[in-house]
Amino acid sequence: MWNALARACALALGLAALAACGGTEVSAPPAPENDGPSEISGLKTPAAFAGIEDDEARAAALFSEMTKVMFHPRCANCHPRDGGPRQGDDMSPHVPQVVRGDGLGAPGMECTACHGASNVAFATSEGSIPGAEPWALAPASMGWIGLDATALCAQVKDESRNGGRSLADLVDHNTKDHLVNWAWNPGDGRAPAPGDQATFGALTAAWVEAGAHCPG
Amino acid sequence: MAISLKVNGETRSVDAAADTPLLWVLRDELRLTGSKFGCGIAQCGACTVHVDGQARRSCVTPVGSLEGREVTTIEGLKGDVADAVHAAWAKHDAPQCGYCQSGQVMTAVALLERTPKPAPADIDAAFAGNICRCATYVRIRKAVADASDTIGG
Repeated sequence: MWNALARACALALGLAALAACGGTEVSAPPAPENDGPSEISGLKTPAAFAGIEDDEARAAALFSEMTKVMFHPRCANCHPRDGGPRQGDDMSPHVPQVVRGDGLGAPGMECTACHGASNVAFATSEGSIPGAEPWALAPASMGWIGLDATALCAQVKDESRNGGRSLADLVDHNTKDHLVNWAWNPGDGRAPAPGDQATFGALTAAWVEAGAHCPG
Repeated sequence: MAISLKVNGETRSVDAAADTPLLWVLRDELRLTGSKFGCGIAQCGACTVHVDGQARRSCVTPVGSLEGREVTTIEGLKGDVADAVHAAWAKHDAPQCGYCQSGQVMTAVALLERTPKPAPADIDAAFAGNICRCATYVRIRKAVADASDTIGG
């Protein structure tokens, strides 16, 4: 329950609400002039946090902003901690009820049975089926549905759970990875994650530069 | 646009828009009507074929993505596993109305080609996306298990 509450706070209310939820008591000051936009499509840019002088507090605030993307259904639906993906904005269990297998589904019912290399519009009805090459579930060690921002931050920094990625690798992953990119190109019938991949990557880089500290 | 793909072992060239679903091409252009249209949104499994040996819902597969790929439909299934599935399906009288059965058989062969001795959970996982409105699931599962027993011996 508390995890869910903390996540709901981070998701729905942003930084200002984190204080009310017992999170890091930091609010983003106005962005300095001539330093680019402070927000893009609902995701604050690093410029919005430039006024936070304390590195630890700035890093925590930056990571909390990153969770707007990471906890968004377009990302989190394929980062379950259990056996199967979720779908939809309500993050309901995937239909059909597929299983993780080796991350690519079960023999005879691999993810690729339905998901191709790109999004495909349905031929006879509205909507589309999502796709990317390859379409895959994140490993269970990288599952984060139900975690709060603090636990998620610890997880993504832990090389035993993040696929052996250094902090620099995380920046590269969040900036360039094609499955991460899909979150902003999810196809007809799905809302994209807030912001864009460039801003998410820039937030990650700024978080690392500030010391990669986690929200408390 | 002209697209070349191998269907049931034969190279076929089809003239179709790249986003045309494979199922449309199979049924309307190549007259291979064993694969069925059920839902059109990859939820029922009636249109299941194999692409390069893996199960694939042809209703959401743009034919333009298949240049040079190998497509197998129910009409082209062959080999020991297919024979075992065929025999088991007949033995257990698996179909009722039959509409979903080509998709069920394609999934059975795809499963048994990879997992010749599946546990019940493997069968459930493989068939999670193949719906049968006649609810012949019990017979299908018995037939898959029976086919498994006869493969290779």
